[in-house]
Amino acid sequence: MTTATTINPADTAMVDRGPAEQDTILDIRNLQVFYSTPTGDVRAVDNVSFKVQRGEIIGLVGESGCGKTTTAMAILRLVQPPGRIAGGEINLDSVNLADLEGDDLRETRWTKLSLIPQGAMNSLNPVMRISSQIKDTIRTHEGKISNRELKERILQLLQLVGLPSRVYDMYPHELSGGMKQRACIAMAIALDPVLVIADEPTSALDVVVQRVVGETLLDVKERLGVSMIVIGHDMGLMAQLVDRLAVMYAGRIVEFAPVESIFNEQFHPYTQLLIESIPSIKEKKPLKLTEGLTHDLRTDMQGCIFQLRCPHVMDICREENPPMRALRNRHETACHLYDDDGVRLH
Amino acid sequence: MSELTLGYFLRRLGMWLLTIWIGATLIFTIPRLAPGDPITAMVERMIQQAGYIENSADLIEAWRARFGLDGPWHVQYRNYLLSMVRVDLGYSLANFPARVTDIIGRSLPWTLGMVSIATILSFCAGNLIGALMAWRRVPAAIRNILPVSLTFTSIPFFMFGILLISFLAFKWKIFPAFGNYGRGVEPGWNLDFILSVLHHGLLPVLSIVVTSMGFWALGMRGMMVTTDGEDYMILANAKGLRSRRIFWFYGIRNSMLPQVTALALNLGAVAGGSLLVELIFGYPGLGYFLYQAIISADYTVIQGIVFMLIVGVATAVLILDLLYPVIDPRITYSKGQT
Repeated sequence: MTTATTINPADTAMVDRGPAEQDTILDIRNLQVFYSTPTGDVRAVDNVSFKVQRGEIIGLVGESGCGKTTTAMAILRLVQPPGRIAGGEINLDSVNLADLEGDDLRETRWTKLSLIPQGAMNSLNPVMRISSQIKDTIRTHEGKISNRELKERILQLLQLVGLPSRVYDMYPHELSGGMKQRACIAMAIALDPVLVIADEPTSALDVVVQRVVGETLLDVKERLGVSMIVIGHDMGLMAQLVDRLAVMYAGRIVEFAPVESIFNEQFHPYTQLLIESIPSIKEKKPLKLTEGLTHDLRTDMQGCIFQLRCPHVMDICREENPPMRALRNRHETACHLYDDDGVRLH
Repeated sequence: MSELTLGYFLRRLGMWLLTIWIGATLIFTIPRLAPGDPITAMVERMIQQAGYIENSADLIEAWRARFGLDGPWHVQYRNYLLSMVRVDLGYSLANFPARVTDIIGRSLPWTLGMVSIATILSFCAGNLIGALMAWRRVPAAIRNILPVSLTFTSIPFFMFGILLISFLAFKWKIFPAFGNYGRGVEPGWNLDFILSVLHHGLLPVLSIVVTSMGFWALGMRGMMVTTDGEDYMILANAKGLRSRRIFWFYGIRNSMLPQVTALALNLGAVAGGSLLVELIFGYPGLGYFLYQAIISADYTVIQGIVFMLIVGVATAVLILDLLYPVIDPRITYSKGQT
């Protein structure tokens, strides 16, 4: 975790195509996910590039519909029609997931990357015991294993995420929301994957349970050294959990920085507004970031994607798409407001 | 943990008894509300045939006593219920010395076998076709062919039965047109008999299966589409499970639950419908004898067969009720949630 990679979504040629660093486990390059509609493709994810290092937790934040979950689903190759991966590479451990098909894809799933789903409430099969749902995953990928060994392994997993062993024989409806989420975490690490994607792991949970689930995730990461991509709106969870935070807007990453630095200083106007809109328990403050006015995602917009909502919009923003640039403190952003050293131009 | 508790079982059993009791009471009441009296009608018919019968009034009185039709209604009702409990359904009015229980005993196994096999086949085939129609991993070519198998659903099953008979039995003579087994065959556990039974039963079963599976298929398709959008299906895919396992254990397993409820609700209609099928195919089951009894105003046989049908349907519903918590763990056997 020493390099601040230069990522340039506007210009493929500038992306570093040299040998991947030793500890980069996920390298996404110019990922595009489009949804076809009768009036043209909606560019849900447009030219997203980023890298995840081994043992690192990346946070992915942004408003609803900005493409966070679609990015995650694309990495898992679970984009459902009418959506499709329209371009780009998803290199996980030097294998381009975007190229995998059939059994190769099926065998890669869960052994290399797993999912902690959004809304764990409905993510477990309601008619199967928790143990059976973990069992079938292990059996599918590792073949025949004796029942005793399997049971021991599953009980260990449950213990790892802080669940009592009686959960083994329970059905999903017998668990609370937080327990279900932790059962999902246990399932996600059952095959020791290199990457776990957590899609809003704490939504629909109360604050105490959110905290517990967050700590469970951290604990799991520290014990297993697994990398994670955590998607969510919950800035508190992000601050607690992630190493670097990516801010997405309208299908693109607009700012990418270490989490401690992004809460101190935001460069992109969208990030500023987003951080400002975090509700505070100490004071009431007006909401500055208003809804609406996102540009039409069916068109490849000329200039900056945030120009319609940006309070600091300049002439150049309507002409030229700002490239992703590394400023100071491993802080990257795509905005015309700053020079290469991160000094604000006006 | 859902365990079959004695309390749950007793409650269901109570429902079963209540259903049968209400059914039996209706059977008792309805003919008595209708004008006319079966004994008088029968004696009058005999008079017409024979020209004259001596002491017809005495005869009517004697037979009334014999069939339990004398005395005030509450005495009749009590005697009636007692005889039902003893499974004593009395004598046939039309074929006097024959007991109703004998007629039912001879015909019930055929109906039971034919209808349950047809229902199970139609339920399984219909649900499988419906599930495949909704499954995106099935090649489009096959998915588009599947609905063709449902075109017969819009044809009434008795029409379809007549079609089957006229082509397969009369025109091409592949299957027999009526009966339950061949004439020269010795009933028993021998291959000839079993083959003959299958040969005779195939057309009636086919006419029920082909015309009723569309109902299951359409319901299942809808359920499967809903299930496929559930979060656990996405997770099942992400887990890299084999498509077949996801289809059976995640898709069908969950979509099946409302279908089983529908089956329990439809069993009565299924039993009623099969009666007509037996008639068309001259299949000597309950339906066939019920029809004969209706023609000859044989009230005791009608009562007996209708009673048997009520017991049969109530028992099938009881079995499904006891089975339901096993297939859906969210339904518990405990009180207040069933």
